[in-house]
Amino acid sequence: MIPTILAVSLLIFVIFSVIPGSFTSSLIADGKGRNDPKVVEQMNKEFGLDKPVYQRFGSYIINLAQLDLGQSFRTRQPVTHMLLERAWPTMKLAIAAMVIAILIGVPLGFVAALKPGSLLDTTTMIAAVSGLSLPQFWLGLLAMYVFALTLGWLPSFGYGDGGIRNLILPAVTLSVAPLALLARTTRAAVLDVMSADFIRTARSKGMNAYRLVTWHLMRNALVLIITTVGLQFGSLMGQAVVIEKLFSWPGLGSLLVDSVSMRDIPVVQGAILMIVLWFLIINTVVDVLYAVIDPRISHG
Amino acid sequence: MRLRFNLLFGGAICLIILTLGVFAPLFVHHDPILDANLMNAELPPSADFWFGTDSQGRDVFSRVLYGSRISLTVGIVSQLINSCIGLLFGISAGYFGGRWDEFVSGLTNVMLSIPSLIFALAIMAILGPGLGSLLIALGLTNWSWTCRIARSSALSLKSQGYVQAAKTLGYGDIRIMFTQILPNMIGPILVIGTLGMGDAILAEAALSYLGLGIRPPFPSWGSMLTDARELIAVAPWAAIFPGIAIFLTVLGLNLFGDGLRDYLDPHMRTRKA
Amino acid sequence: MSAPPLLEIKNLHIDMRSGQERLNVVENVSFSIGAGETFGLVGESGCGKSITALSLIGLLNRPLSVGQGEILFKGQNLLKMNGSELRRLRGNRISMIFQEPMTALNPLATVGRQIAEMFVLHQGSTWHEAERKAIAALAQVQVPAPDKRVKNYPHQMSGGMRQRVMIAIALACHPDLLIADEPTTALDVTVQAEILKLMQELCDQRGTSVLMISHDLGVIAKMCRRVGIMYAGHLVEERAVADLFRHPAHPYTHGLLASLPVLGQRTLDERKPLQEIEGIVPSIAAFPTGCRFEPRCTRATPICRDTVPGPSILGDGSFVRCYHHG
Repeated sequence: MIPTILAVSLLIFVIFSVIPGSFTSSLIADGKGRNDPKVVEQMNKEFGLDKPVYQRFGSYIINLAQLDLGQSFRTRQPVTHMLLERAWPTMKLAIAAMVIAILIGVPLGFVAALKPGSLLDTTTMIAAVSGLSLPQFWLGLLAMYVFALTLGWLPSFGYGDGGIRNLILPAVTLSVAPLALLARTTRAAVLDVMSADFIRTARSKGMNAYRLVTWHLMRNALVLIITTVGLQFGSLMGQAVVIEKLFSWPGLGSLLVDSVSMRDIPVVQGAILMIVLWFLIINTVVDVLYAVIDPRISHG
Repeated sequence: MRLRFNLLFGGAICLIILTLGVFAPLFVHHDPILDANLMNAELPPSADFWFGTDSQGRDVFSRVLYGSRISLTVGIVSQLINSCIGLLFGISAGYFGGRWDEFVSGLTNVMLSIPSLIFALAIMAILGPGLGSLLIALGLTNWSWTCRIARSSALSLKSQGYVQAAKTLGYGDIRIMFTQILPNMIGPILVIGTLGMGDAILAEAALSYLGLGIRPPFPSWGSMLTDARELIAVAPWAAIFPGIAIFLTVLGLNLFGDGLRDYLDPHMRTRKA
Repeated sequence: MSAPPLLEIKNLHIDMRSGQERLNVVENVSFSIGAGETFGLVGESGCGKSITALSLIGLLNRPLSVGQGEILFKGQNLLKMNGSELRRLRGNRISMIFQEPMTALNPLATVGRQIAEMFVLHQGSTWHEAERKAIAALAQVQVPAPDKRVKNYPHQMSGGMRQRVMIAIALACHPDLLIADEPTTALDVTVQAEILKLMQELCDQRGTSVLMISHDLGVIAKMCRRVGIMYAGHLVEERAVADLFRHPAHPYTHGLLASLPVLGQRTLDERKPLQEIEGIVPSIAAFPTGCRFEPRCTRATPICRDTVPGPSILGDGSFVRCYHHG
């Protein structure tokens, strides 16, 4: 995990160092693209941008090790503070979306797998492929139109007091793609396990359907399902950026988008790094879970 | 039956949208950009404006049709770039092995740990908005799976008899990679490519929606939705139709990709009697 | 002949449905197994012997199902039983061992747990008791250090060990009938012999009846007294093993025996070249209307093509379905 983090920070640093022109010039340019060379020089000095690239990378990494991500070009606040402020709303949104996706997607895929080819199965799978083809923010826009603007049941945007009412629309919107994918994966995993020899053995032992499903089927299917959940968190974080912007949700995503349009590079770097870190942590947790469920991994 | 349905239905949707996009001028009687007329703003769908008009009185139908050109260009070109990068890295890594393989595998892992939409966002931040930047940003960020598949099949194909035979015949490495290895992985690469095109179209819509992709007044499905968000309460049609267009295009690609995969790798289960 | 047999199968038909079509995979099969008896069922792969076995414990999967017939176990018709009655029988009174020890055990549970499950399911044991009984059961199938082995996962065991675990599971509740579907086919020859010996000993001790399914006549000869020969879903001959080897009646049985190398024939005169049966087993969709062996049979006459031969009684409960037997 540490080497990946280092590699990612190097990659991000390199990308933002090869930009033609300097940020500062675009940052303080007036309406006609002119700027005062003196001010540019002063700003470059302030942010250490006058030093050679390797020195900048060196100090970037050293600061990173101390959890110091520099300061924002725009607000001059420490980036770490700004990120921490925004981390909780994003985490809340992502977890809520994933929980919805798991609670609905897994049972749906499971029921579909019990009767492959049935009406329910076909409907579920058509819905799933549709869910994966929808632009989520568009769906969010329509949901906002229907449930907030027309019916007035839920607030249309914002964080509110941090309660559940404001969370519902963005979380449900964000859950659509992982839900669809989980339904598909669960169905495939269950079908796969159902045809396995050990399920026939379990049936020959004379157990009832409940025990067969919980003990022998679900545990084996879980291995595949959990992998999907872990991988899905990545694209979930990506989509969260758009959904946060749509619902004016004060999370990392909207901070990232705002900073990109303001060219506030330290914040952009920091936000990306934070999202990657999260993704890696979640995947590490998934690996641990995986080893808990599947003895073949831990026992070699 | 289901297998053929996916392939045919998905393919048909893609073909129709491609035709509509390429021959857009034949189907519309309003210019998507120039025919702005505030007198016509926010009109609901009618005989003249099939999908209604937007805030500046432009015909949503013609903008949706012209918008498909951008989506399809982005989908096709950026996925081509992805496939080329993935194939180039993957085949060479699998074929040569060693340090180069380690480097490529490491890079692929790093790429996979950054959500691709966020990576593309970062690149757009540097390059600035525009079609060219979009093609580059989306073309550089979604090649990891292609690379993985290409690497593993190159690795297994390398030791096959006919590749060894080609080697003893004195074929060069480049020639072997292109004539012996590449043709044998075309199937899975096509599947990933088709599904990747759908991802690229969705990503383009998202980036344009965020104002980082295609800039107004050029009609892109994503940027049309940016405008539409502000007037969703008064002119929902301006939001509905571009979204349906994105949905149908990506659905077509996904169905086609799924169908292609089932066709290439039939999951036949033989039952013992 | 006085006491009713433990298991009696009467006119069993198994169908495979595909759309509107109905194919007879197994047709008109009848045989019975007495208490403590080991009955062999022989045939090539695809002849219907495994699905006949699965039908006995109600484990046929779609598109297969029992069309008609009776399966009487201790006088009760299994086909008339409901789900829970059948479940109480399955594993408890009738249990089954499968061919592939590598895949027949759940990879995510310890073998101890998988054996213990039997006691929990059928004897109402607590898990704690059941784990103790599992160690004993593992000791009975001669697994060394059973108290340690119960904590193993299947992937930590060899194929032979896993098959011993399967036997321990199958015999855990002292069933009346054990169905062994090619129990040693996937194993090394040396391990095969050990496993067969173990099965024979345990079943003899407990008076368990065995339905032994195999394509290997050698295994059948070693284990069984009576044997049924299946071909393309028909039971073509049922005999005492000794008679069958000495005087095979059905042309197919003839062919099977002629294709075996015979040990003990030392002189060149006695040795005959190994023979194979010409042709292949017809596919399910293309079963002949008459005798199903007719296309490959050297003795076939026009009557064989038109009607299925009825059983010709050979005495002592033996029969053969052939117009030209002998």
